[in-house]
Amino acid sequence: MNELVDTIMHLALFLIFGGLAVLAALNLLLQRHPINSALSLVVVMMSLAVLYWSLGAEFLAAAQIIVYSGAVMVLFVFVIMLLNAGEEERTKGSKIASIAGFPGAAAIFCLLSFVFLSEGHKLGLSHLGGSLDEATSNISQISSLLFTDLLLPFEVTSILILVAILGAVVLAKKER
Amino acid sequence: MSSALLSILPEVVLTVTGVLIMLIDPFFAPTASKKALGWLAVLGTLGAAGATLLQLRSHQILVTFSGSIQMDTYSVFFHLLIASSVLLTLLVSLDYFKPGVTSHSGEYFALVLFGSVGMMLMTCSVELLMVFIGLEISSISTYILAGYRKGQATASESSLKYFLLGSFATAFFLYGIALAFGATGTTSLTGIASGLSITAFPTMAFLALAMMLVGLGFKVSAAPFHVWTPDVYQGAPAPVVGLMSTAPKAAVFAVLLRITATTYSSELLHARWVLLIGIISVLSMTIGNLGALLQKDAKRMLAYSSIAHAGYLMVAYTALPADSIAAAAFYTAGYAAMNVGAFAVISQLGGYDEPLRTIDDYRGLAQKHPVLAAALAFFLLSLVGIPFTGGFFGKFYVFNAAIGAGHIWLAVLGLLNSGVACFYYLRLLTALYSRQLGEESAEFEGSSPAAVLAIAGAVLATLLLGIVPGKVLGLAQRGATVQVSRNR
Repeated sequence: MNELVDTIMHLALFLIFGGLAVLAALNLLLQRHPINSALSLVVVMMSLAVLYWSLGAEFLAAAQIIVYSGAVMVLFVFVIMLLNAGEEERTKGSKIASIAGFPGAAAIFCLLSFVFLSEGHKLGLSHLGGSLDEATSNISQISSLLFTDLLLPFEVTSILILVAILGAVVLAKKER
Repeated sequence: MSSALLSILPEVVLTVTGVLIMLIDPFFAPTASKKALGWLAVLGTLGAAGATLLQLRSHQILVTFSGSIQMDTYSVFFHLLIASSVLLTLLVSLDYFKPGVTSHSGEYFALVLFGSVGMMLMTCSVELLMVFIGLEISSISTYILAGYRKGQATASESSLKYFLLGSFATAFFLYGIALAFGATGTTSLTGIASGLSITAFPTMAFLALAMMLVGLGFKVSAAPFHVWTPDVYQGAPAPVVGLMSTAPKAAVFAVLLRITATTYSSELLHARWVLLIGIISVLSMTIGNLGALLQKDAKRMLAYSSIAHAGYLMVAYTALPADSIAAAAFYTAGYAAMNVGAFAVISQLGGYDEPLRTIDDYRGLAQKHPVLAAALAFFLLSLVGIPFTGGFFGKFYVFNAAIGAGHIWLAVLGLLNSGVACFYYLRLLTALYSRQLGEESAEFEGSSPAAVLAIAGAVLATLLLGIVPGKVLGLAQRGATVQVSRNR
């Protein structure tokens, strides 16, 4: 009985947030005003985080909220507000984007769904409300991987960040 | 020395030098010349090249950092190639930033060094996550370097276009890695190679490889992912174009070679992969050469020519195994020598503001600057593929490999394209040596000794690759053997 309630609850969560993610993504594409698009993207990110969490990937869910909804989207919104320039922000959408963009996006969507559907039965299904590995939480798994097998990529990321900071300084500094 | 340190020694040397430059930079007055920092960068690059030779002398294959890094002859070959083109670029840039023109020339040298750390890491990593981070380090540095002439509209356009399209390409590459992980359960290239032959998801594996090809194709400006190239090359400073059309491309080609070498362990994927790369190389050659015919701007013309050269190079990828890996590696070396050289001459003639743009502006240049014009003419002849230049043997080995693998149609199309290419290279060449003078607006301030050294080095390298290609080809072949034996 308890299990049944559990399953129904998870299914309901999945349907609500899955639907929300799709709707918000469509809204993101259809809105003309950049701020509306950016806020729709926040909704997409949040819904995806709930989906990750319901599949047992708690770490990914937390990272999704902190990194995307927290950092990246705030930056987006700030940039849009700083660049606020009256009429210019309303785009009519470029010709190429509507001619090549929509069919292209549709084609990639079809291709990916074809691949996942055709090989889905072999990939196996994860079940809602489960966790990836019952024995250990995936946070401890990820962290041990990060500091053993993937130590060098983890460390070298510091150079990547250094380069990004350097670039920001160079591009933003006033010429004297 | 521990083997882990030895395997990434060149990268460590470069990183330390880059950080040193950043630390010393604030002690200079804002308007002072930062040439000393440039010389420090040159020293660091020489140190990295020395460290690479140390790796070569150790005569071993080191797999370190839980299988993320593999130091072998193959990685040493590309390390040396990247170090040389970075070295030449640094020498050309020493006097490029006149004191007072820009206040951030110190950061320029640090960015070049950090960028080359990324490129070198790409060539020695056998773990796709490591490759991805290397690719990002190298790309982000070049995005910034492309927009270094901040006052100019074309520079901002160049940097922004490169950044947006480059990030888009990176996303494709990352999606490819994720799908490869899905299909084989690992992101290590060795693991993927063995996983591909037994995978239950061939379609997904192929999609993964195709997405990685899209991402890497963007970075080497192969058609149909080439649209950014002319605009970016036009707006970026000439020494930076010389760098970004050679060293990062060599690194990406090295990664692509490693990835391609993993695919032919799978019979099913191999045939489709060859077809895909064949189509891309034909498109690049044709679009590159036809596009170059229509250009009036010299830098845009060389941009289209670099698209075409990416096409020639990818012909070799259809003809794996060993011989064609060596052919492709040799081609990247030859192309690096002549292209860095050509852009070195252009940056000397044009200077910071680049008043020389169109081919008409170069008219009659040989009468004023006979030596520089002769060097540029030599590089153009090498780009055409005239014997006794590096370009000739590069093309020869690549087409030879394609014929050897039975792809005669590819070799024929490549040769036809080389014929078309003669037109536009020779058009610039005849302009250089015409009697009639062009309207050269800016006065020429005299070339700097360091840049002359760099141009001389590039001429020498192109000439040596064209007369005695054996030594470089031998090193490339030894590297190729490592790649082949690893996947058997």
